Amino acid sequence: MIKPVYINSVGSVSVQKTFDNSEFLNETTVYNDTVAKVIAPDYKQYIPAAQARRMAKGIKMSTVSSQTALKEAGREQVDAIIVGTGLGCIGDSEKFVGDIIDNDEQFLTPTRFIQSSHNTVAGQIALGIGCQGYNFTYVHAAISFESALIDAKMQLENNEAEHILVGGVDEMVKHHVDTHRLIGHIKSEATESSKLLESNTKGAVMGEGSHFFVLSNKMQESTYAELLSVECYNTLSKEELPVKINQFLLENNVTLEAIDLVILGNNGDVDFDSYYNELSETYFKNTAQAYYKHLSGEFDTASGFAFWLASKVLKTQHVPEVIELNQLSTQKPNTILIYNQYRGENHSLVLLKKC
Amino acid sequence: MSKGVAITGMGVISAIGNNAQENFEALISRKSGISKISHINTIHADDIMVGEIATTNSTFEKQLGLSENSFSRSPILGIIAAKEALAQSGISDVNDYKTGLISSTTVGGMDKSEQYFYEYFESDTHWNHINGLHAGDSTRKIAEAIGLKESYVTTISTACSSAANAIMLGARMIKSGRLDRVIVGGTDALSKFTINGFKTLMILSDTYSTPFDEHRKGLNLGEAAAFLVLESDAVVKKENRKVLAYVKGYGNSNDAFHQTASSENGDGAVLAMEKALKVAGLKAKDIDYINAHGTATPNNDLSEGRALLRIFGEGKVPEFSSTKAYTGHTLAVAGGVEAVYAVLAIQNNRVYPNLNFKTPMKEFDLQPETAVKEKEIKHVLSNSFGFGGNCSTIIISKEA
Repeated sequence: MIKPVYINSVGSVSVQKTFDNSEFLNETTVYNDTVAKVIAPDYKQYIPAAQARRMAKGIKMSTVSSQTALKEAGREQVDAIIVGTGLGCIGDSEKFVGDIIDNDEQFLTPTRFIQSSHNTVAGQIALGIGCQGYNFTYVHAAISFESALIDAKMQLENNEAEHILVGGVDEMVKHHVDTHRLIGHIKSEATESSKLLESNTKGAVMGEGSHFFVLSNKMQESTYAELLSVECYNTLSKEELPVKINQFLLENNVTLEAIDLVILGNNGDVDFDSYYNELSETYFKNTAQAYYKHLSGEFDTASGFAFWLASKVLKTQHVPEVIELNQLSTQKPNTILIYNQYRGENHSLVLLKKC
Repeated sequence: MSKGVAITGMGVISAIGNNAQENFEALISRKSGISKISHINTIHADDIMVGEIATTNSTFEKQLGLSENSFSRSPILGIIAAKEALAQSGISDVNDYKTGLISSTTVGGMDKSEQYFYEYFESDTHWNHINGLHAGDSTRKIAEAIGLKESYVTTISTACSSAANAIMLGARMIKSGRLDRVIVGGTDALSKFTINGFKTLMILSDTYSTPFDEHRKGLNLGEAAAFLVLESDAVVKKENRKVLAYVKGYGNSNDAFHQTASSENGDGAVLAMEKALKVAGLKAKDIDYINAHGTATPNNDLSEGRALLRIFGEGKVPEFSSTKAYTGHTLAVAGGVEAVYAVLAIQNNRVYPNLNFKTPMKEFDLQPETAVKEKEIKHVLSNSFGFGGNCSTIIISKEA
């Protein structure tokens, strides 16, 4: 007996003001830059100041978003914690490397090394709530978060766990931005986020954020949506893409007409947005379309923002105007498909349904 | 959920050999791979011993047909081990079944990132390594090298239990029917980053590591890659595969005690072993050999020893040893290397010696096996523990 999987709560800290679950993009911030930094909540409300000083940004963001998700789900404990992160606490890794070089391998302290371990966030959350359950961290670029979703879904479906805290987090730091700008992955000219898709330039606008969710095989009052399916593909050609999406929908007994909204991962990179554009113009031409990376920025777990967005849309039955990508709109969003890829690789499909 | 998870191929490269056969011969002839470091220029060269793979990157690059300095060392090692595993299974087209790749790493391309950290801003010569810092990039390169397309390819990083967790996830994906075949394991090269990191934690030994010994001084770092091919019963039957062994049990839990240290009584380790035994449907007394995590740090060996006693009982712990005195602690890959060793132990009915052990620890009556021992082995339990309180146990068995 395969059990259904529900999204019972959300928690978000992003470059928009998303940390308050009572709001839903009531106001959005427009950036005119090549990067966008997190809009931080008042961390003091969540973390003792002495602790917060030593904490990596990724841990701080995740402390808030995971606590928000746990609280909304009414849970103090979960059976498992599964986190996706492209780079972990990359700020500490880079500082540690810098210190090694600058001080010729001397006078180093362990804190930065310890925090640079990719599974620091998952470990810290477990430590914080005393969770001795399953604890995994996925670090596979743009499908880090989706890998965590697949793992959680398998456990919940088979009733190996009932409540799992699942999240995605990535922090943005200077050396990483500077080096990735050198190789054209990050834009070199400031781009107004409201005009991101018209930029016609290479690279993305880099962002950061942390998104956590309590997934469960039991529905409750706080439930946002049902998670129907997640699939990832390491490679896909533009020609094969609609074929795979079609197959994915078929396997889930969902027709293309039943998709009320498709959320696409366009990031304004002139070299790779064609993956989305071709779908928009052909396969999804009769489907209401949305995009979000002008709000979230691009990062390995940016699709966590899309998952948050889809959950909020399904629960509130409201599609904010700021995410609309085409002229079509949906009044009663029931089924949402999220498609994401980064630089032509690591494609993911996530299907959600209103409860 | 009663499906078998067959191991049909395996590959390993470590300080004691460039393939599984060489590794096994070193294990049974007590030949350690621990030496002074030669490939990395570090001021700690005289204070540490490591498990380094002797072959240089440029030799490997020629062997794999790669251009000079195109890849960091982790993907290079990973490609070698993954190809060995696929060859043993007899797989010529990796895309002929629904196949996944689950790799693991802690450093990824850090060996190159630390080398060109500032140089990137002065010259574009080594910009090819910038994206290599992403842990997933090593996995992407392995997938490409073995020709895996339109598939589930992911990477786990849970510090020193990573590859054990990759095996666990792979087994679960076969059992759930999501995949027919999955290549699981990991790769980690030595780097200044990890040498200095463990140095600051003051858990590196200045000489040969001595797991489970009263006078243990810490660990030797190592580098390695190891992969296993796991296949479903249906594939095994259809392709008439020779099955090497089965992934029978697995368990992961969190110590939730400290970011880098294990709890005094090994609570997380006990939970992981209990879960693994439960999944396998076995009792503790069914285990014939334990390949311990046994890093030779004061904290790990005490905590793990106590956990073993809690699971197996006083005087009832079967033959156990840590093979890290041979290979060094290969971080993310440790659980992968040791899973290959577990299969070899089953195939050859051999318990490996725990090298360098002299004095039992004063806290308990527990002595690792110190000889190459012949014994019928049906079930091997393998432990891997990591930072963040991550505790994993894998059980590998002769029969499904």
